[in-house]
Amino acid sequence: MDIDLITNVLFAMIRSGTPLLLVALGEVVCEKSGVLNLGQEGMMLMGAVTGFIVSVSTGNLLLGVIAGMMAGVAMSLLFGSLALGLRTNQVATGLALTIFGTGLSAFVGTDYVGKPLAGIAPLAIPLLSDIPLLGTVLFRHDPLVYTALILLTLTWAFFRFSRPGLMVKAVGENPDSATSIGLPVLTVRWLAVSFGGAMAGLGGAYLSLAYTPLWSEGMTAGRGWIALALVVFASWRIGRVLLGAWLFGLASIMHLVLQGMGASISSNLLATLPYLATIVVLVILSSNQSKIRMMAPMSLGKPFHSRM
Amino acid sequence: MLSVSPLPLPRLERRQQDSQLLRYLSPVLAIGLTLISGALIFLWQGQDPLVGLYTFFILPISDSYGIAELGVKAAPMLLCAIGLSVCFRANVWNIGAEGQLLMGALIGSAAALYFMESGSRFALLFTVLAGAFAGLLWAGIPAVLKNHFNTNEILTTIMLNYIALNLLLWAVHGPLKDPNGFNFPESALFTEAVTLPIVLEETRLHLGLPIGLLAVVAAWVLLSRTFIGFQLKVVGLDASAGRFAGYREKRLVYFALLICGALAGLAGVFEVTGPIGQLVPQVSPGYGYAAIIVAFLGRLHPVGIALTSFLMALVFMGGEMGQMELGLPLALGSLFQGMLLFYLLACDVLIHFKLRGGRA
Repeated sequence: MDIDLITNVLFAMIRSGTPLLLVALGEVVCEKSGVLNLGQEGMMLMGAVTGFIVSVSTGNLLLGVIAGMMAGVAMSLLFGSLALGLRTNQVATGLALTIFGTGLSAFVGTDYVGKPLAGIAPLAIPLLSDIPLLGTVLFRHDPLVYTALILLTLTWAFFRFSRPGLMVKAVGENPDSATSIGLPVLTVRWLAVSFGGAMAGLGGAYLSLAYTPLWSEGMTAGRGWIALALVVFASWRIGRVLLGAWLFGLASIMHLVLQGMGASISSNLLATLPYLATIVVLVILSSNQSKIRMMAPMSLGKPFHSRM
Repeated sequence: MLSVSPLPLPRLERRQQDSQLLRYLSPVLAIGLTLISGALIFLWQGQDPLVGLYTFFILPISDSYGIAELGVKAAPMLLCAIGLSVCFRANVWNIGAEGQLLMGALIGSAAALYFMESGSRFALLFTVLAGAFAGLLWAGIPAVLKNHFNTNEILTTIMLNYIALNLLLWAVHGPLKDPNGFNFPESALFTEAVTLPIVLEETRLHLGLPIGLLAVVAAWVLLSRTFIGFQLKVVGLDASAGRFAGYREKRLVYFALLICGALAGLAGVFEVTGPIGQLVPQVSPGYGYAAIIVAFLGRLHPVGIALTSFLMALVFMGGEMGQMELGLPLALGSLFQGMLLFYLLACDVLIHFKLRGGRA
């Protein structure tokens, strides 16, 4: 393996890990507040299709990115109305959100399948991008990759240092105690769910505007679900989300690596790798159930009934 | 302190007792709301809503061929949804019917191609059994992982759906591709010996539907007349009660998933040996996912599921008809499916709660 191949692989790993990073980041915040939203795939697809349509129609990529995030938020509000407003079963509601988002995105995107779009261009960061190896791997990406890393840092700092961060955790651990000390449990959860929606929308928009600038039905190919597994992998810790996103990113570009090394394996078989990796990781992590129970937010997935 | 949601939702008040009436009325309400939303979508698309609804829900079944096609489309969803209802009753969140169906189609096709050569008298039977067994094994994976590694079955079954799809694509582009097929990603056409018998002359209605209806009866007997069906329900309602009663939870997880896998595998092998007649990349337009909606809409009850699987088949046919007659996107059908489940969840709230107007 020569140095060029390694550089290319690491570069591609960060790129393909970025949508996973964004979506998982949103879901970690959502889950820390005690809400399990399995609708990531649906929100991502809506973000991807909305971002693409807006970008093609207006010729403005930034507008597309913003619209993608807003579509994600709109979807998450739909989830919130049911799961938080009507206290429906969160698992079923999240599933419904994914099925609905898959259908709706395919419907509104029908006329945009196969339309060309010049995607978001890479932006080499001056000086830093000239560092040998590291510069190429880290600092020659498109702006959304940097945005994702900045958002990761901000979220980490939010939970590490800020009072609102502590509030979110309190609400997720024990909503009844949180209520008794005067925390607005439902408001915190609404905000966390919306943040999750925005991140999933952004992750989707990243796919349709930067990663592969096009729209096709179901183009997220299970990334929303992999991001959900990533949250378990990260044991709800922000720092480990990045590690996980890059690992899964690597798994999803393994076919390029193997083909680069001259292996002739069917691309369909290689395409199973990220899904296999997800199962393997889940198996390894979940077998230690007491650890999962300790790390997961206590009230995760349980509807909250205010007694006041 | 009162927490106020950003939306002015009506207040919910818990009922003294769950409303049995609404339990059965809620799917009807959800269907009604979906139809109203559908009418609005047709308006938005510049269509006359009545023409739209007619094209979607009546035109497809306006002749006997259409009614037979309804059965062709309902059969796979019926089989999958019956299996899923067994899982969901036991609180096993199997989302993997699609993958189990695809594995049934894949292994069933391999078996069909093999038995076509051998000319055995039992070629069709062996083919069908191979498909069912493949689905069963595929569902066995999440069962083993859940029972022995505590792995969340939602995530594993979904991952296995994607893996199954890619395996099928690999096979149809590779080992199972017809050598005389001009390099199209298709298997050879199956011969008469491995083709399901037609139950209604001059239509495509095949043996899958009667077998699906048989599964309805079997599931009804299982769930309401046997001890294991009772155990499934108890564990689903309250896992700790089941444990306290000494039920072997792991065995029930195996039972539910394997039954569902076998039925979904049957659905898959019936598709390739029935209406399709060969292995193609597009075996299922999402029957396994639609079956989730069918199961919930049918209240996890075999009879309810039998009814709703025909409704869902109509949605699939309506989508095609809307595309042919009105030039609407095919995806409108899947949009309707999504709306159905959403409305159902919302209406189900009324089973446990009363609505009181105004802001809390």
